[in-house]
Amino acid sequence: METIILFAPLIGALIAGFGWKFIGETAAQYVSTGLLMLAAGLSWVVFLSFDGVTQSIQILPWIESGTFATDWAIRLDRLTATMLIVINSVSALVHLYSFGYMAHDENFKEGENYKARFFAYLSFFTFAMLMLVTADNLVQMFFGWEGVGVASYLLINFYFRKPSANAAAMKAFIVNRVGDFAFILGIAGLYLLADSVKFEDIFAYMPTLAEQTIRFLWTDWSAPNLLAFLLFVGAMGKSAQLLLHTWLPDAMEGPTPVSALIHAATMVTAGVFLVCRMSPLMEFAPVATNFVVIVGAITAFFAATVGLVQNDIKRVIAYSTCSQLGYMFVAAGLGVYSVAMFHLLTHAFFKAMLFLGAGSVIHGMHHEQDMRNYGGLRKKLPVTFWAMMIGTLAITGVGIPLLYVGFPVGFAGFVSKDAIIESAFVGSTFAFWMLVIAAFMTSFYSWRLMFLTFYGKPRGDKHTHEHAHESPSVMLVPLVVLAFGAIFAGMAFYKPYFGSQESVDKFFGIGVKKGEAHAYFDAPTLVAPAYAAGAKADGDHSDHDRSQVPGEGAIFVGPDNHMIHEAHLVPKWVKLSPFFAMLFGFILSWYMYIRRPDLPAKLAENQWPLYNFLLNKWYFDELYDAIFVRPAKSLGRFLWTRGDVGIIDGGINGLALGIVPFFTRLAGRLQSGYIFTYAFSMVIGLVVLITWMTLTAG
Amino acid sequence: MIGIEHYLTVAAALFVIGIFGLFLNRKNVIILLMSIELMLLAVNINFVAFSAFLDDLVGQVFTLFVLTVAAAEAAIGLAILVCFFRNRGTIDVENVNVMKG
Repeated sequence: METIILFAPLIGALIAGFGWKFIGETAAQYVSTGLLMLAAGLSWVVFLSFDGVTQSIQILPWIESGTFATDWAIRLDRLTATMLIVINSVSALVHLYSFGYMAHDENFKEGENYKARFFAYLSFFTFAMLMLVTADNLVQMFFGWEGVGVASYLLINFYFRKPSANAAAMKAFIVNRVGDFAFILGIAGLYLLADSVKFEDIFAYMPTLAEQTIRFLWTDWSAPNLLAFLLFVGAMGKSAQLLLHTWLPDAMEGPTPVSALIHAATMVTAGVFLVCRMSPLMEFAPVATNFVVIVGAITAFFAATVGLVQNDIKRVIAYSTCSQLGYMFVAAGLGVYSVAMFHLLTHAFFKAMLFLGAGSVIHGMHHEQDMRNYGGLRKKLPVTFWAMMIGTLAITGVGIPLLYVGFPVGFAGFVSKDAIIESAFVGSTFAFWMLVIAAFMTSFYSWRLMFLTFYGKPRGDKHTHEHAHESPSVMLVPLVVLAFGAIFAGMAFYKPYFGSQESVDKFFGIGVKKGEAHAYFDAPTLVAPAYAAGAKADGDHSDHDRSQVPGEGAIFVGPDNHMIHEAHLVPKWVKLSPFFAMLFGFILSWYMYIRRPDLPAKLAENQWPLYNFLLNKWYFDELYDAIFVRPAKSLGRFLWTRGDVGIIDGGINGLALGIVPFFTRLAGRLQSGYIFTYAFSMVIGLVVLITWMTLTAG
Repeated sequence: MIGIEHYLTVAAALFVIGIFGLFLNRKNVIILLMSIELMLLAVNINFVAFSAFLDDLVGQVFTLFVLTVAAAEAAIGLAILVCFFRNRGTIDVENVNVMKG
């Protein structure tokens, strides 16, 4: 069944990509969508029937080269199962949605076939993403990692006639290379020390690795910290964290379904998945996880500030994605991997829905993306409006605080975001405040988007507004399905992901031996006994004597990691803080965009340095342009004009046009054509030869 | 008494005359053929002289062969010359430079 899930998208991609000429474009769309639906259905079966025990499903032997040996296999555990439903559900809905969205596209000329290609790329992306999450070793994961990079490149650049799309695609690919370089260094480092690339071997080796050092860049580093850091830099690239985030907003050049699938729900969460997958490594790398928390918190804050002032509807949502990814990384860095996965799951639903809703608006408004030209669309796009409303309620975290009926009552984002903020309060005060402020801003810009788009008076081109129309039902069905996810995913999955340490252990297949120290903690060489002893002395925690072997279950929760338990014990004001942040954001947004619509323009005028700073995304693009892009370009130009044209071309040309003709002319002069000249040179030659032989007594 | 060295001197002188005839001559192709003939004769004189000096008949037999071949070569050379003259209307060596590079 897992094999069918994995390969159905690939088959769909191949049929749609290569077979559409034989079966026709429409049939290709139906085939790839149908196969994705099948994969999505089976994913839910797998997720719901999965008992938590890690399974390995071999597909074929892959690499055999000394100790560098690995099979092509599926590692099925709770992380994989979670990702399976996220990827396949969203992907199936996006396929369906694309029927409507891609039906007519003015970026392509009349009679051009692009739909089958689009569906083939979407399916190929899904396959690569599934390879990434089902990998049972790092090399296979890297294959999927690069596969999604390629698919992302192809899809961002789908409107290949637009120069801006070309540039955005290249930017995404190149920025990701930076992260991938660190990722592959991390893989190499793990292989160097653990002598295997298989997850189970690496995880089992972790307690030993924890004490090792590794030499890198002329310095000795603590092995787990360095390797975790390198892997995280890879994750930063893919998940658009601060410093490597610049590609994500530009990636909005692609068609909107692509943004929903790749740049909101699945690919960008691959980094979070990587950190959770490598939880046994992270648990032994306190410095690196601190770094993860700080980067995540700053990203959440930074992206939210930029989101406040953007005018392009897709860019607002893109920055919101960037910000929410920061939340996930904070959770993962703090050691509450299950919460990170929880937010990943809920975020996939509501963010995919927001993107698809934005796509529906753009579709209805004839590809107008600037929110300043929207307004008053509530009546014209009722279903889209309600879907977007649910998405906004979910992302801003609307719910009933402090009410607990076996689970908190609220939209998906309310449950998962509060879980992260509560954990952050326990783990890092800095991250806590950053996230609360970011929650405030999230609420502000999300409601700003709603108010600018659906409320107020119609602005911009009158003609466009008169012809604004609701999208076809094939585009609305995915919105409705995702709306259910955005409402209920948080409440339904609260318990297994964040309920208590026991419920999380059970859900993630961690067989905890209560009160009995596992043999591995008795080994004298390990750090763990100290942890175990410390945990025992600290009698307050209900999970104080849990112990787990790294690699058992889907995630590894170290013996001194009591985050989940402590996150439930935070003061009431902490639990209320995200709710009030949301409320303030909503009120401020309402005041500025409904009550006093003239205020934002005045504010932007008064505070123009701040406004420009935010509008220009903290000048990151300009900074990178000055530091990296322009020097690289001028170096390239230098190598081109001097190196290529000057030396290589000049050398070849000089040889072919200068030196060779010179000698030919010289040799040509010898060929006088007169017999006597030849005879003379023959005689001279003979004389020289004989003289030489005489002198050397040959 | 005329010793072998006299013969060799005469032969060498003839040979050198032949060589110079080959490349100092700019006028007539027939002179070229004659110069070649002269060089062959110089060689023949050497053969005969050494044959007599060493009391070995092989040298004289070889001379006969050389004369035969030289006659045949002269015949072919003159035939080529005739063809050449028919084609170009001249046998000036200075005009024979079709092979110029």
